[in-house]
Amino acid sequence: MNSVPDFIPLSYLAASILFIIGLKRLSSPAHARSGNLIAAGGMALALIAMLMAPDLSHRGLILIALGIGGIAGVIGARRVAITDMPQMVALLNGLGGGAAALVSTNEFVQVSRMAFFHSHAASFTGIFGAVIGSISFTGSLIAFGKLQGIVSEKALTSSTLRTANIGLAALILISAGVLLAGGPGYWFLALLLAALTFGATMVMPIGGADMPVVISLLNSFTGLAAAATGFTLDNTALIISGTLVGASGTLLTQLMCKAMNRSITNVLFGGFGAAAPAGAAGAGAATTQRPVREITAADAAVLLANIRSLIVVPGYGMAVAQAQHAVRELADALAKRGVDVKYAIHPVAGRMPGHMNVLLAEANVPYTQLFDLDQINGEFAHADVALVIGANDVVNPAARTDTASPIYGMPILDADKAQHVIVIKRSMNPGFAGIDNPLYYEPRTMMLFGDAKGAVTKLLEELKTAG
Amino acid sequence: MNPVLITQLTIFALAVFVGFEVISKVPVVLHTPLMSGTNAIHGIVVIGGIVVLGTAHGVLETTLGFIAVVFGAMNLAGGFVVTDRMLEMFKGKPRSGPK
Repeated sequence: MNSVPDFIPLSYLAASILFIIGLKRLSSPAHARSGNLIAAGGMALALIAMLMAPDLSHRGLILIALGIGGIAGVIGARRVAITDMPQMVALLNGLGGGAAALVSTNEFVQVSRMAFFHSHAASFTGIFGAVIGSISFTGSLIAFGKLQGIVSEKALTSSTLRTANIGLAALILISAGVLLAGGPGYWFLALLLAALTFGATMVMPIGGADMPVVISLLNSFTGLAAAATGFTLDNTALIISGTLVGASGTLLTQLMCKAMNRSITNVLFGGFGAAAPAGAAGAGAATTQRPVREITAADAAVLLANIRSLIVVPGYGMAVAQAQHAVRELADALAKRGVDVKYAIHPVAGRMPGHMNVLLAEANVPYTQLFDLDQINGEFAHADVALVIGANDVVNPAARTDTASPIYGMPILDADKAQHVIVIKRSMNPGFAGIDNPLYYEPRTMMLFGDAKGAVTKLLEELKTAG
Repeated sequence: MNPVLITQLTIFALAVFVGFEVISKVPVVLHTPLMSGTNAIHGIVVIGGIVVLGTAHGVLETTLGFIAVVFGAMNLAGGFVVTDRMLEMFKGKPRSGPK
């Protein structure tokens, strides 16, 4: 395409600017929605300009493909439940990765009709886009399956899988090397197959609670794959947008890893969920005999009716029990009595970054009541009650003090510093990581046994009768 | 080194810094919409799909390009719509009335 009319690259520039402005507006919930619309406008601009390119063939097919994908995307996005957002994002991310892989592959097929890629640099980015896009495609599909419950959410550690991963990684590197050295085209097929398989086997062993890291990482992969296709096609809009997404995904991956005090290699290859129970079994056996203080919903309601400040600590267990609406109603009832209610949200409280905030926002909790770890931790000491609902490891004080604990060093919410702690929990069974929680045996902690939704509803009823 | 590649690398490097700068300002409370919004933005790969489909010869290339455009279009349309749905829910003041 030698004679690209000026309006096309100019519209790409405008689109890139609109993307950046859109992302900037995400810095506050008040005008975040307009930011998303601005970014969508940028996308529409770039698309229209592209479609007006003079030397484009197959226009009819292009419009049909855009129509099919666009309509399917909109329908899916409208129908999906807010609670299913992580799998939706995983699926959309996989489609983007797949598209990037296809574009790179197609470029390889087209150009190899004449010769190999234009230059070595182009071939490198073509290969990079194909590999990263393929990994993101199958990896996201497996992540989708895990979040949707089609694929087991359990963490696996299998030495066979680990060996297979090393073998696949080696195959990817070897075929990339052969192709870069000008080797025959069938190596590209080996490269693609190895990358597609690697994506699946990389995500397969990772447990559900590590999904925030995996989804962030796959997000950044798709971004980088899109940027790579931008290099191959010499398209600045793709380079800029892909890179913005790559940066965002990378930043979120770092944040999520930091929130769990683990490295990315540890999440991907450590098999946390499978390694922990062995160590925790011993610790658990030593502590399960310790007494806990149980409280009834009626007593808990009397306590809550007479406090001034409450910090709610929601965990993924609350979302699983679909208790967020009941929790919001309880908070409203307490707020009416003059109780200051805040929510303390741990970064990995859900299945993707910020997931818990979305779940609570859907239940009409105003975002002004949502606080992250750094904002809220100083306030627990002044809170009358910390109400822990379906959270476990993120309030485990062993992370601060017990160097032998598998979660030692992980930043936690200091719920144990509140005057009283009420923990709503189904039973004394340890949580995801199988680690016992010393918080439950503290003298100021009271256990309210029951499923999150039932217990909160009961609390609310008791609170009403308390007058 | 060819001048096109140098320009591309320049754009890439600057976009990395802009990306980190802008994204690090996004509050934790909005990280899920951020992720689905950036997800929609990488749907721009659909433009790559249009380029290849628009220059395709033969069944294989046309098929690959067609699927790429469908995937990319789903990615971007779905991404913007779910992000809008989520952001619509973020309200600053407690709402009264029905839930």
